Amino acid sequence: MSLDLFALLVAVGSLLAGMLGSLTGLGGGIIVVPMLTLLFHVDIRYAIGASLVSVIATSSGAAAAYVREGWTNVRVGIFLEVATTIGALVGAALAGVIPTSALAILFGIVLLYTAFRSFQSREEHASDAPAHPWANRLRLNGTYPLPNGVRHYTVQGVPRGFALMLGAGILSALLGIGSGVIKVLAMDRTMKLPFKVSTTTSNFMIGVTAAASAGVYLHRGYIQPAIAFPVMLGVLAGALLGARILARANVRWLRILFTAVVVVMAFQMLYKGIRGGA
Amino acid sequence: MTNDAPDAGSGRWSDHEVEQLIGRLLQIGVLIAAAVVIVGAAMMLLQHGRTPVAFGSYTDSASPLQALGGIVRGAMSLESAAIVQLGLVLLIATPVLRVALTLVAFAIQRDRVYIVLTAVVLALLLYGLIWGRA
Repeated sequence: MSLDLFALLVAVGSLLAGMLGSLTGLGGGIIVVPMLTLLFHVDIRYAIGASLVSVIATSSGAAAAYVREGWTNVRVGIFLEVATTIGALVGAALAGVIPTSALAILFGIVLLYTAFRSFQSREEHASDAPAHPWANRLRLNGTYPLPNGVRHYTVQGVPRGFALMLGAGILSALLGIGSGVIKVLAMDRTMKLPFKVSTTTSNFMIGVTAAASAGVYLHRGYIQPAIAFPVMLGVLAGALLGARILARANVRWLRILFTAVVVVMAFQMLYKGIRGGA
Repeated sequence: MTNDAPDAGSGRWSDHEVEQLIGRLLQIGVLIAAAVVIVGAAMMLLQHGRTPVAFGSYTDSASPLQALGGIVRGAMSLESAAIVQLGLVLLIATPVLRVALTLVAFAIQRDRVYIVLTAVVLALLLYGLIWGRA
């Protein structure tokens, strides 16, 4: 395949991935790596490098809007970034020694988990329960905007949330994804943050987590400019487009479509990993 | 900084102002990085568009594009791949800058715990980006 054609096809695929990812709120990164390895036969390490770069682009672009609306809990974000960046550096170290077939299998499992999570309920539950002592000490409790003022919430399960974030950082680096699903799980389920605070704070942290391992991968040669540019530009354009049509889109059907794509890719990644040719 | 910092008094930055600034910074960083990547990508396609490519196996070629110095030197001599890579480095640097700015904001608010936490995150990020070993 010539570079022209490769760049064009990868850019179109990344555009669709970015658009679906932003419309469903599940992030485009999770289907970029399977697309590159399964459809374009790119080495999974190059795919992970390119995907991480696109994750930084979309996270930073979207975070800008959310931070300004006042949903993001910046203190929670910074505190948990200590865990995700340590995890990301650990994951980057592991990526150098783990066989690529094991990476493909792990990717398949994470894809299946994402598909499973995408249909779980996401009720808004600001918690008034007593905060975890660390939450008071670290001033993690926050507020979010309502039409008529602000709503206060408390933060719980701080040590467990921190530990889950170490895992999210490791997975982000190993697989080149934002790990938004696990970050939201840690904040929403374990720390009892309101759902939208969890998703926007997760988004805020994703860019920092990805930057930690992307720096290492740059030095290791995983970030190949000819693969990374169509992916980054495609995903970024797709995410911007997705955000623009979000108000008019039928998110329920898109979510079903996205989940179907994720499940198909999950089984293909598992197959590829088990067969040993990642 | 979603909390109302009691020590963010007059003459200092309020949490809200810091959030606005961080949001703006992230957007500008992504825009500049994307612009540099587009320039490099256009040059690469014009110069090497017809070249056959295959990325089926990773090779640690110790290319100059794997280190910050080599990327800057390559971009100065207008090599297309180096310009793309420079844009990608700018993109990776955007969240790092965001953390640095947050550190400044916490320093102005004299929030010791968060100065330490933010400094740890910044140190880890710079370690990855500059030394590149994990």
